[in-house]
Amino acid sequence: MNWQNLQTKLAGKGYIASSELAMAIHIALELERPILLEGDAGVGKTQIAKTLADIHNTELIRLQCYEGLDASAAIYEWNYQRQLLSIRAMAERTGDSGNAIDDIETRIFSADYLMERPLLRAIQQKKPPVLLIDEIDRADEEFEAYLLEILSDFQVTIPEMGTITAKSKPIVVLTSNGTRDLSDALRRRCIYNFVPYPDRTTELAILRARCPAVEPALAAQIVSFVQSLRKEDLEKKPGIAETLDWAAALGGLGVNDITVDPVALKSSLVCLLKTEADQAAIPSEVAQRLAGRAG
Amino acid sequence: MAVTRFLTRAGIAERMSDFTRHLRAHGVRAGMPETESSLGALQLVDAGDPNDVRLALKAICASDVESFARFDELFAAYWLNAGKQRHDHTSTQSRSDQKNSLTNLSQKFSAPPADGSGSIDTPDNDNDGEAESSGEGKLIATQVTNRNATDMREFILPEDEARAAETARRIATAIRYRRSRRRKAARQGDGLDMRRIMRKSVATGGEPLHLLRRRRPDRPVHLVSILDVSGSMQLYARVFLSFVKGLVGNDQRTDAFLFHTSLMCVSDALRDNDTLRAVNRLSMMAQGFGGGTKIGASLRTFNNQYASRMAGRKTVVIIMSDGYDTGEAHEVGDALARLKRRGCKIIWLNPLLGWKDYAPVAASMAAALPHVDCFAPCNTLASLAAIEGELERL
Repeated sequence: MNWQNLQTKLAGKGYIASSELAMAIHIALELERPILLEGDAGVGKTQIAKTLADIHNTELIRLQCYEGLDASAAIYEWNYQRQLLSIRAMAERTGDSGNAIDDIETRIFSADYLMERPLLRAIQQKKPPVLLIDEIDRADEEFEAYLLEILSDFQVTIPEMGTITAKSKPIVVLTSNGTRDLSDALRRRCIYNFVPYPDRTTELAILRARCPAVEPALAAQIVSFVQSLRKEDLEKKPGIAETLDWAAALGGLGVNDITVDPVALKSSLVCLLKTEADQAAIPSEVAQRLAGRAG
Repeated sequence: MAVTRFLTRAGIAERMSDFTRHLRAHGVRAGMPETESSLGALQLVDAGDPNDVRLALKAICASDVESFARFDELFAAYWLNAGKQRHDHTSTQSRSDQKNSLTNLSQKFSAPPADGSGSIDTPDNDNDGEAESSGEGKLIATQVTNRNATDMREFILPEDEARAAETARRIATAIRYRRSRRRKAARQGDGLDMRRIMRKSVATGGEPLHLLRRRRPDRPVHLVSILDVSGSMQLYARVFLSFVKGLVGNDQRTDAFLFHTSLMCVSDALRDNDTLRAVNRLSMMAQGFGGGTKIGASLRTFNNQYASRMAGRKTVVIIMSDGYDTGEAHEVGDALARLKRRGCKIIWLNPLLGWKDYAPVAASMAAALPHVDCFAPCNTLASLAAIEGELERL
């Protein structure tokens, strides 16, 4: 499979990837390296993982990062309640707890008492899954360090049990919104790609692929409007996800031409403008001007 | 698009490592592992097609936004320069320019005698345009000179600079640590460490006799200091620079900026090991500018360019300015509000606050106040030291 094939396959599943992105994914897959996607929110970073899982017809395991995420929530945790019950039960059965200590210990620190969290689950699958580590920049630096072992050797070390190596190497996709710098160590292990806002033709193709019901003329208007909206000074620029939402909303409102009904246009803008300041920055007149240029 | 005709013959491996060296020379972080992966990647694509090769090498060698954006240019320069080897020294030039801009500036300004005391009340003639656009700022600076003769601008002695740096170090320690959200094993703490309890209770037949604990440790915060070096602040600039230097010198989780009508990052210059040289270099820059102030615009630049990288929940931003501004006042408020939304703490140190009867009535200062977590004076070293306790509470 070469990268053009991959690009076509992605397009077949409704994901229009730039040649740079397609090449990066191709190389990441072939070299079995994680791929790190950086870019603004809503440009389709998370979607790529879902599409990859779809193409390979495999499970998508998602780990959403947040500040304070630690190993027990991301990798594994012992099932303490069960361990406690088990120790009690065994102690009663043997009568004298002293003799059976070694026995108990090997038992309660075995796989039966281990609760798998996403990262451990991902390396335990028979068929390689897609592991999506979403918004890695939200997790703190210490967590990045945990990831290094998993991402380079695909193994997890549990002190009580030893090292668990991957049954199959998962396809790892990391995404980052760039709210903080990632460590070089993490970057070096990954194939990097920056996902920009799409240009006009790409966005039109995406809209066509994802919302085939939208009329071609309206689709062109929508894309032009969003493209010029991104050039305005906004706090949060609308991503592709917003464009698709808006297209769906316009469809729901029965709008066929965004220049006709200013009221409907203004009220549907809630799909694109996600903060109060941005809504104030684009009053009805500006919206109409942009729409007029788009139409 | 003509492929480079190399002067010497070399194998592909050798050529590739030369390319990696070329990237490294232009500031892209690439090394042996990248060379190796690149060679591997070449087997996966059509090595005869320059575009395929470019995309493949880009995927491997670019590792952040900046190198990603510059890669195409670097690639073309090495592989597709039509027989002219190393003809694009433009990008090298611009980069080294950027790096040396501080040195260049200091060289530019080192022509006039570089002692701070002499140039305090000489108006700078070499930037008429700036002074014109900021008549207000200049005027106020003169008032400062006339009225107040006992505060920091008197300090030009190295000992005092050392003291300023020492104070900075103490303040930095006061705000350095913030409670973390993640728990860690500890002798005393508010949570139980189930894992260790379980382990110990095996020995006691399942009775958890030893209750082991976990707690939230303190983790370091990121300090960002933004220093006003405009005309009205010129007199304080030198001591403040030592102060900022004291903050930055501590460790890598600190960044420093200077602004007057625009903003610049000076963290690297301040990490210069030679304290005096660094301070001189920077104060020369500061004196060279010293015109009007655009606080709002500068803070906006910070928001747009740096904040995403530096300002997070674990960040304390220290702004040192007198709040006299030639830009729009509401811009300051907007910029601070936006910065605040990133979850960082904002400390505003104002040298004028230490004066008798000073009220923050300057429009920009008034606009900024609602967004500031701590508003404190800093006209004397003692007042700087006094805020230490207050900062600890933040």
